[in-house]
Amino acid sequence: MIKTTVIILSLIFAASAAHAQERPYFVTYSHEMEEPGNLEVESYNVMGQPPGGNLFFGSTLEFEYGVKAWWTSEFYLDGQSTQNESTIFTGFRWENRIRPLLREHVVNPVIYVEYENISADKALREVVGHDGAADLTTPNGEARPDVARELELKLILGTNWRGWNFSENFINEKNLLGGPWEFGYAWAVSRPLALAASSRPCNFCREKFQAGVEMYGGLGDANGFGLHETSHYIGPTINWSAPGNATLSFSPQFGVNDYSVPHLYRFGVSYEIDQFLSRLRKEGR
Amino acid sequence: MKILPMQCGSGLRSAMAKPAISTFRVIALLLAAAFCAFAAADGAWLTKVPAKDHARQNPYHGKEDAVAAGQRIFLDHCAQCHGEDANGTKKRPPLRSERVQQQATEGDIHWLLVNGNMKKGMPSWAKLPDQQLWQVTTYVRSLHE
Repeated sequence: MIKTTVIILSLIFAASAAHAQERPYFVTYSHEMEEPGNLEVESYNVMGQPPGGNLFFGSTLEFEYGVKAWWTSEFYLDGQSTQNESTIFTGFRWENRIRPLLREHVVNPVIYVEYENISADKALREVVGHDGAADLTTPNGEARPDVARELELKLILGTNWRGWNFSENFINEKNLLGGPWEFGYAWAVSRPLALAASSRPCNFCREKFQAGVEMYGGLGDANGFGLHETSHYIGPTINWSAPGNATLSFSPQFGVNDYSVPHLYRFGVSYEIDQFLSRLRKEGR
Repeated sequence: MKILPMQCGSGLRSAMAKPAISTFRVIALLLAAAFCAFAAADGAWLTKVPAKDHARQNPYHGKEDAVAAGQRIFLDHCAQCHGEDANGTKKRPPLRSERVQQQATEGDIHWLLVNGNMKKGMPSWAKLPDQQLWQVTTYVRSLHE
């Protein structure tokens, strides 16, 4: 066990440069897959305070692996901490993304399938149905026993055009323990600050930054589709491809109606290890 | 010059039409068919490039700055599979080959970077801006010089 841990840690710190060209999105998925054989370790976090509730900090640790050039698999561990309450592990998720069309088109679809086993979730990785600020005021002690085993399906559509990326997600989620199908959406647009790469090594040149806008929200459920009693968020977003294989992302987001949390602050760090399994085998010898 | 797929299969069809075939001939034909399939798959992407993309001109052709920038992008994204010297690795092909350096046009290489060859493990690099894909193309084509 100790040997395995040492090997994995040495891989993380000794991985050669595989600079991720990540989109600066927190909720929206683009159609771009993880490169085959690469493992990306990501920590995405959100901070906010619902009206009448306590300040919370939701966090997700993600392990994203490129199984094939057209298939990416990702495992998530979720947790949250709420001021004056507790810090808890809230569950796990496992998702797979498959790209059915093997060439680049004007609009590129990706099929997303996820299984979630979560309770008292405050990571806000998606907003569906009638999710709103009031849900986030339930004390952890009351929310935790209410475990949701959910199936989430997404249709991801993506377009790259003249350096711009346009991504749209249509979300369908069903609690397998009961309840109707819930719906949601997310969209985002982004662009690197410079399209051509500099001929000299640099850490802060413009092509290392991407900026854009992201918006997401609920669309009701099978019993009442629409915008009634749904929450929505919008905000600018930016990331920086830092030296040492890391990408740092930040986005302040604003609730656009009274049903939403007024402000959310999202930030993330991701780190890519190229050809993870090959390196693991070599290190293990 | 556009590379055409190998004309495999006609020999197999005519042989199969005869009523009596020796075991040796059947094995020889199966081996030939397998070789044709392998040969067609290796580099078959070149036959799929549309004429418009095949003929595209590289806006950075011959520019020294683009070679340097392309090398940086190559080391960041491509070297992990194709090797830092672009001589290939155990499972991934070299980029100094005759196919890449002479048979393919710069438009072909750009098309491959945009679309990938996902069945063979080559991802799409459309996430990079077009300018950077042309810079990588410029660098790759500079390797034969």
